[in-house]
Amino acid sequence: MAKGIVKVKAKASGDKTKVKLMAKHIMETGQRKDKKSGELIPAKFLQELKVMHAGKEVFAANMGTAISKNPYFAFTFAGGAKGDELTMTWVENSGATATETAKIK
Amino acid sequence: MSMNRRSVVKAIATGGALIGASVLMPRIAMAAWTTKAFEAEDQATAMNELLGGTPEESAEVTLKAPDIAENGAVVPVTVRSSLADIESMSIFVKDNPTPLVAEFMIPAGTKADVSTRLRMGKTSQVTAVVKAGGKLYSASKEVKVTIGGCGG
Repeated sequence: MAKGIVKVKAKASGDKTKVKLMAKHIMETGQRKDKKSGELIPAKFLQELKVMHAGKEVFAANMGTAISKNPYFAFTFAGGAKGDELTMTWVENSGATATETAKIK
Repeated sequence: MSMNRRSVVKAIATGGALIGASVLMPRIAMAAWTTKAFEAEDQATAMNELLGGTPEESAEVTLKAPDIAENGAVVPVTVRSSLADIESMSIFVKDNPTPLVAEFMIPAGTKADVSTRLRMGKTSQVTAVVKAGGKLYSASKEVKVTIGGCGG
């Protein structure tokens, strides 16, 4: 299983935390053809991403194949302090799933 | 008699729909991810499946996207809204093979300001739909694409 694909830059300022997040993932659409064999490359993409802070969901995304390769999201939530932990859980269309953590700076 | 016949036909139709749905959703854990909406091939169907309605244009929804995207594989988009009680924000690209791009859940406390990057097959209208207080609001913008981001 792929591990540590989510890169997070979270910065707390005042009572808000701005999160910039990028997942390293090919986001294969299932519509591209293998140039050599001419066969379709099966779809492989992230379907769900959930970000939790202190046991509370602060952001969640359901994604389709039209999200760019290496999906990027930026959002801001109220609360969060330097050193707090964010928990990211993602689910791939293959059923693979993982949970990663990152600290707020 | 005719009533009976009607209900039989109805029962068959519902049964068929249920079987279809279970084939489309092999994993129960994926329930949050609406396969039907993501696989719908036209925007109206996708919106209906995901949000259960048609949104109305609103000035309180802001969709920031480039006028011309040189590379359709990476189109930066930002959706903002000043509406209250926002539940979710979704992005649709009308002329993509599957118009629904993504749906973002906005829990209370999270600002209705999300940026992402998406793929566009060709020049199309991009629509952001915000679900707030049970109602749907939208904003659209035409984005020209010089190099498509699908296929290849």
